[in-house]
Amino acid sequence: MNQKITSYFNEKTQAAPLAVFRVFFGFMMLASIIRFWLNGWIEKLYILPEFSFSYYGFEWVKPLGNFTYIIFLICGLSAFFVGIGYKYRLAIITFFISFTYIELMDKTTYLNHYYFISILSFLLIFLPANAYFSLDAKKNTGIAFQKIPRWCIDSIKLLLGIVYFYAGLAKINFDWLLKAMPLKIWLPSKYDLPFLGDLLQQEWVHYAFSWSGMLYDLLIPFLLLYRPTRLFAFVMVVIFHVLTRVLFPIGMFPYIMIVSAIIFFDPGIHHKILEKISRLFGIVKARFDNGRALNYLSNKRKFLLSFLSLFFIVQLLLPWRYLLYPGELFWTEEGFRFSWRVMLMEKAGYAQFKVVDGETGKRFYVDNSDFLTPFQEKQMSTQPDFILQYAHYLADHFKKDGHENIEIYVESYVALNGRQSAPYIDPNVNLLEEKDSFKHKTFTLPFHDQIKGL
Amino acid sequence: MIRILRFSTLFLLAAVISCSDTEDTDDGANTDSFDRGEMLQNWADNIIIPSFENFEGITQTLEEKTFAFTSDPSETTLNELRSAYEDGYLGFQTVSLFEIGEAEAINYRSNLNTYPLDAAGVDGKISTDDYNLELPSAYDEQGFPALDYLLNGLAETDTEIVEFYTSHENAEVYKNYLNDVSKRINALTNTVHSGWKDSFRDDFVSNTGSSSTGAVDRITNDYVLYYEKFVRSGKIGIPAGVFTGNPVPGAVEAYYSPSLSKDLYLKSLQTTQNFFNGRHFNGSQEGPGYDDYLDYLNSIKNGEDLSKLINSQFDIIRAHAEVLDNSFVSQVENNNNEMLAAYDELQQNVILLKVDMMQALSISVDYVDSDGD
Repeated sequence: MNQKITSYFNEKTQAAPLAVFRVFFGFMMLASIIRFWLNGWIEKLYILPEFSFSYYGFEWVKPLGNFTYIIFLICGLSAFFVGIGYKYRLAIITFFISFTYIELMDKTTYLNHYYFISILSFLLIFLPANAYFSLDAKKNTGIAFQKIPRWCIDSIKLLLGIVYFYAGLAKINFDWLLKAMPLKIWLPSKYDLPFLGDLLQQEWVHYAFSWSGMLYDLLIPFLLLYRPTRLFAFVMVVIFHVLTRVLFPIGMFPYIMIVSAIIFFDPGIHHKILEKISRLFGIVKARFDNGRALNYLSNKRKFLLSFLSLFFIVQLLLPWRYLLYPGELFWTEEGFRFSWRVMLMEKAGYAQFKVVDGETGKRFYVDNSDFLTPFQEKQMSTQPDFILQYAHYLADHFKKDGHENIEIYVESYVALNGRQSAPYIDPNVNLLEEKDSFKHKTFTLPFHDQIKGL
Repeated sequence: MIRILRFSTLFLLAAVISCSDTEDTDDGANTDSFDRGEMLQNWADNIIIPSFENFEGITQTLEEKTFAFTSDPSETTLNELRSAYEDGYLGFQTVSLFEIGEAEAINYRSNLNTYPLDAAGVDGKISTDDYNLELPSAYDEQGFPALDYLLNGLAETDTEIVEFYTSHENAEVYKNYLNDVSKRINALTNTVHSGWKDSFRDDFVSNTGSSSTGAVDRITNDYVLYYEKFVRSGKIGIPAGVFTGNPVPGAVEAYYSPSLSKDLYLKSLQTTQNFFNGRHFNGSQEGPGYDDYLDYLNSIKNGEDLSKLINSQFDIIRAHAEVLDNSFVSQVENNNNEMLAAYDELQQNVILLKVDMMQALSISVDYVDSDGD
């Protein structure tokens, strides 16, 4: 066993798959940033809002007014440099930091796939993705290698596998499998898709999508790993993600996943891809085929392997942290983020904040649109940590306006996966007496139903 | 493995289907889907256009009665004009909801009913004989609130009010201003009504798409916004001081003829509920509306009977209005608690409309990327 492990970690493989991955990753990220910019989302999401919702512990990460554009510029440029493999280490570190900074500015925009990009770029910092087919390797033949340790490529496969598999596990629950929720809400609303529109009104289609979605997520990493099913699996990946792209507004993510899945193929295909690229841009690919293999110094290797092991242990454990909290996960959302729970909920809410003078009892309601964008208000009204942070912000605002003895209460309702809306936050709790933390939030009212499952 | 293959066949099928973009969906063959086009047609042909048609007749009369008064100011013509003003204000409650198309382009609602009125502004403009009602800054110096002021708020007695149009040093300007306000109400109404008759009706009815620019999506956002901001907040919440802590009698709709305020409220409430049920304007017949749409969607998901819940809450709200004084000014001054209670009842339906209905219809408030799979 031990010997097997040792020999696995000594195994070498072609560097081409990692190089292809780097090139595609870099240019897709560049495209994402440009798309985000052109859609006017930098202004809409980060500059116009007068208030941003911070992650606990990252309150110091804030949008920087018009300088926010500079962060996006840096992020886009570094993605480009990652793509061409120029000053790779610096570029990927810059990309990781700038991209993560962007994501930390306002948790309103949290998406699992943004988190995926963050941790993937973090992983890439530690991989020799510029050893082959990069400007770095061209300029400095000392760091150019045709072969690299196999685990370098496998670590990316592992991360992709975790994302899919955990997304599949999360779908094993009562609402998704037995009630076909929330697809039953989402799919009929796509009634105007050519031909498919009518099909999406059928109940059996909702169940078929739910079950096949779950099986797809659970099985696809294994089908991609196993050579005889690999091509079939890849076709599935393409179809599945194109379909989700047609049905839901999920931006660049489907393309990123499709392109990422190419890494599961044998090096031969990657060499062909690189040949195509070389021909297109007049690159002499042969110069990289130097036959050299990258061998890490034993200390460096020990450090890398221990560090990455730690990284993956965290990745494997983090999604289970919800077990430490009481209450229904979908309702309290304690431990919901960063755990590959995608498309599982249709949640809508309404929160009306009441500012009370604790001494005179005088009260008035807050018009949320005075402070929040519609998108922020939507996210705020269904998540306790948002509600708490907003309450404290309101208190600061009204204190400045000269109000005294401020107490803040919220009357809020949330509807989850087609259930009728129900009271969400305890309306008798003065939110100013609560502080954000990783502890269970006792001011969230209990959920009067049960969603069995993982 | 067989299972996987079966599912993958489904995917393949679905993908092939989704690629055939040329398929025509408007062939009427989709019998088991809810027909949104029919709902839009019902809204346009049986509710919105008849409402505007009726209202345009009223604003025409209003303009005529205004001219009659200004060419011969007397207590008799004043009272005739007042009654036309009241009909007009009530009639406006049947169209204010439909801020879409031409109405949206010209800011119809802001022009006709921004209150509280800037009375000092009106006084100032009349005394200098320098005004331009077309400026956005003049929203709060025209429309029904301005008529209200010019007909009811200038002085205590009718005799004194008439004097503003006869013996006052600026009598000519008062007459011109009054004429201009009425003319503008009529002209803008004509613009919006013509917009529907010319081409907007067809655009609206045929725009059955599910995107955020589709007609159902757009008007639903307008509908919920109208109910929340203009019925709940504008007519009840703001005068009751819900957002400020103190009652604000000056913010009551029709402040200078406050006995009208409750009727205006009830009329707008009726309009919102009728639209929900697809009930024809001036008739008891019902066509497809949100109620049927929700019932159809609920037949898929077997949840709560939302249309029933919303309708019974509307009924509760109207029943509660019985206890309110005809004048909301005296209501907030004498017993604001009932006004606050009315707000709470209205609020219940904001939740059902904005949270439950919007979720059931899968209509989003705003467009950005969402999570992928």
